Amino acid sequence: MIEIEKLSVRFGRTEAVKGVSFSVARGDSFGVVGESGSGKSSVLRALAGLNPDWTGRMSVDGTALAARRPREFHRRVQMVFQDPYGSLHPRQTVDRLLSEPLLVHRMDNIERRILRGLNEVGLTTAMRFRYPHQLSGGQRQRVAIARALMSEPDVLLLDEPTSALDVSVQAEVLNLLSDLQQARNLTYILVSHNLAVVAHLCARIGVMQAGELVELLSADELRAGRTRHPHTAALRELSIELEEPEPS
Amino acid sequence: MLVEVRNLRIRFPTATGLSEAVRNVALTLGQEKLGIVGESGSGKSLTARSILRLLPSNAVLTADKLEFDGIDVLGADEPALRHIRGARAGLILQDPKFSLNPVMTAGAQIAEAWRAHRGGSRRLARRAAVDLLAQVQIRDPQHVAQAYPHELSGGMGQRVMIAMMLAPDPELLIADEPTSALDATVQADILRLIEDLVSRRGMGLILISHDLPLVSHFCDRVVVMYAGRVLEELAAVDLIRARHPYTRGLLECLPTLSHKKPRLAVMQRDPSWLES
Repeated sequence: MIEIEKLSVRFGRTEAVKGVSFSVARGDSFGVVGESGSGKSSVLRALAGLNPDWTGRMSVDGTALAARRPREFHRRVQMVFQDPYGSLHPRQTVDRLLSEPLLVHRMDNIERRILRGLNEVGLTTAMRFRYPHQLSGGQRQRVAIARALMSEPDVLLLDEPTSALDVSVQAEVLNLLSDLQQARNLTYILVSHNLAVVAHLCARIGVMQAGELVELLSADELRAGRTRHPHTAALRELSIELEEPEPS
Repeated sequence: MLVEVRNLRIRFPTATGLSEAVRNVALTLGQEKLGIVGESGSGKSLTARSILRLLPSNAVLTADKLEFDGIDVLGADEPALRHIRGARAGLILQDPKFSLNPVMTAGAQIAEAWRAHRGGSRRLARRAAVDLLAQVQIRDPQHVAQAYPHELSGGMGQRVMIAMMLAPDPELLIADEPTSALDATVQADILRLIEDLVSRRGMGLILISHDLPLVSHFCDRVVVMYAGRVLEELAAVDLIRARHPYTRGLLECLPTLSHKKPRLAVMQRDPSWLES
């Protein structure tokens, strides 16, 4: 579904992403982990078309991507951002937020699609005419996911979708993302610094460090500690050490 | 006791009367490390900040007892509070990007804190600043002292913040989500640094966080808050044996690397938790 080959992203003189290659099959989830500044978000943003300054080859469903993307690309590939406080227009109601992608992509049955969209992410119709500031963080992220799904995409790009949320809300959103993936056969690319979150949602994982993809492995290999690169091993060890309550 | 709090209530005026954000909270703290854990809106930050009386101006604060080292914080006037704030109790906030002055060098900010609380010459304060930067394990303190906050990474910025808080040699450190804006590796380094400084200087620590397992690694005791109330208080080592369904829920809803969970447990909130 998604092929990325020797992708490099530059910001002025700095090379943020250095020749990253991976592919994701339809209906799969691919996770990208790394520390801040490792270039993991830059990969996602270049793929989404938010950063035109890249070299290499990227294709979605067999179609090679150019710097400028056609409208159909943006219908099929949608993104969910980290901060639901920043990614929803504060002066627009949920109804308006959800209908905008439908208008942009000239879709029909707006009324039915909005009701279905709300229902799909577990929001009641009472939320439909609220403003973002009247919603909790978890409800906002649900709206952001519903909005991304409005145009019936095949691919969701998830940039730290739960790191601004409470752990209890994080669990609900992660469950929602698994359910949606099954129901719609979506392809996910999930970027996160949280190894446990990535391993929970994604079967295959890429580890980035200083702009390079240093290791590709399965979630099971990561869990079992069958890592090959020292950076992966270090990230894993720290994550395991801190995720369990202090043993007595 | 360094801190003693009994029946703390913090209320905010709303259109329909006073809404209670913190109710009936009791806390004591000696020379130890106390974690306050809860979700957003649980009142954990308000509770800790009430010790410094650093609350939004419309907050209505009442308590049967609110003492810092025997000083009645509730009845104290501004000059008395200034002797506590910063001087005897330091506060470290989440994101150094917003808590450091962007147009002063790191060294100048630490020197300013030093002089404000201890007096002395500029040169002495500068030297003290470099020394403090070395104490927070910055490898090249001379260089960092001359850097502006935007030239520093998040972890480095937080070290500068800690150095500034240590300048007046306080007895209590309140760290409000000090590492939520940082990477996991840096997070562990910063918390280890705080733990080490607190133990070495014999200070009290209040560590506020939403991350229950993390807190248990760096604290002696953990207070779990929910909707403005303390639901459970336990020794950090007993956390795996926590009784309260809310505490259990917070632990069980986490995805983990060591155990594969096909589906994450979702917290079922019981209205009876609000009846204490």
